[in-house]
Amino acid sequence: MSESFTLTIDGVEVTAQPGQSILQAADAAGVYIPRLCAHPELEAFGACRVCTVKVNGRPQAACTTPATKGMIVENDTPELNEHRRSLIEMLFVEGNHFCMFCERSGNCELQALAYRLGIDAPRHDYQYPARTLDGSHPEVFIDRNRCILCGRCVRASRDVDGKHVFDFVGRGKGKRIWIDAESRLADTPLEGEDKAVEVCPVGAILRKGAAYAAPIGRRLYDHDPIGADIEAKRVGAPAAKGGKS
Amino acid sequence: MSKPRVATASLAGCFGCHMSILDIDDRILQLIELVEFDKSPIDDYKGFTQRCAIGLIEGGCCNAENVHVLQDFRKNCDILIALGECAICGGIPAMRNTIPLRECLAEAYLDGPTVHNPSRRIPDDPEIPRLLNRVYPCHEVVKMDYYLQGCPPPADAIWAALTALLTNRPIQLPYELLKYD
Ligand code: SF4
Ligand code: FES
Repeated sequence: MSESFTLTIDGVEVTAQPGQSILQAADAAGVYIPRLCAHPELEAFGACRVCTVKVNGRPQAACTTPATKGMIVENDTPELNEHRRSLIEMLFVEGNHFCMFCERSGNCELQALAYRLGIDAPRHDYQYPARTLDGSHPEVFIDRNRCILCGRCVRASRDVDGKHVFDFVGRGKGKRIWIDAESRLADTPLEGEDKAVEVCPVGAILRKGAAYAAPIGRRLYDHDPIGADIEAKRVGAPAAKGGKS
Repeated sequence: MSKPRVATASLAGCFGCHMSILDIDDRILQLIELVEFDKSPIDDYKGFTQRCAIGLIEGGCCNAENVHVLQDFRKNCDILIALGECAICGGIPAMRNTIPLRECLAEAYLDGPTVHNPSRRIPDDPEIPRLLNRVYPCHEVVKMDYYLQGCPPPADAIWAALTALLTNRPIQLPYELLKYD
């Protein structure tokens, strides 16, 4: 096994193993770097750029950049958090995110990041795009109004489930998550227990019959901000709190 | 010194946000020590009697009357607060924003499975405010000063925001009070 090494994140020395990305090294050390498309069980993808940090002064995606010895990483700075806020705000206005009736509300990573970053309202105009919903499958539905194109379902279906049920079609504003069938989700080999269903960070791919299982007050991000679990691993860390920084 | 005045309005909303104002419970007694209500469904004043310090707006704009009321509030209030999801992003009424207005009206008055409308007429009495092509969040119609998220915003968030504004402090909500649902 090769030697571990150190880098610094926000002035704190962090130990990393060869092969780790900056994000993985930070997670292991109990330093939370905000992220959306990255998932611990999936290959890094670099789609959302929410994890952007500065490495020796240059912006880099923490999930796709390998940690190297002596790197100076900036993460929790007003400038970077402002960029993250902008990205999250754009995701909110580009889709139709009606949190008030979304089953994922309270457990949604997009919403939780907005809470953590203290977004009280997006500064851009809402676009209200016309998107489609597919409820044909007996166990799962997909509501493209809420899709943020993170590609987690694409990677999970291809690499973990070995099925390749999901992929992207179109480009730019017209880009959509699509399925491996002529028309209906029911015609794909997708099953309710697939990893692809579990990993969606928002309410775009959801298992049927599981809605609103936890009441308000007992959902994932009701009391503790997203990332608090990672920060709790940091030795001697004070309890994390959300809000503007 | 006279008390600062607060006005409220429900535009394209469900009155849930107003319920949440009432949900401050017995703090409403403290509130009426601090402020005087002006135009509002709470006291049923139909028009402004004086200039107001704060206007609370529930709901976005779905028709011409909503726009008129909102502009009237902007003219008569120093600070306007978008109260709740519908005021901020259009909310449930804005679900129609992806469907052309003509199709919405046809479904509601002509083609819907439970519609009985022998005259085949879509209501067009001049007394009825004209629907806008889509539902507009308040900040797309006039300048809004603050946003209180939630469907409805928690009573504690409304209380925290009002008392902060009335005592010249910045509005700072704790993590648990910033919620989009
Ligand atoms: S459906 Fe969910 S997992 Fe798939 S790309 Fe969209 S947001 Fe990501
Ligand atoms: S988490 Fe790194 S780009 Fe999305």
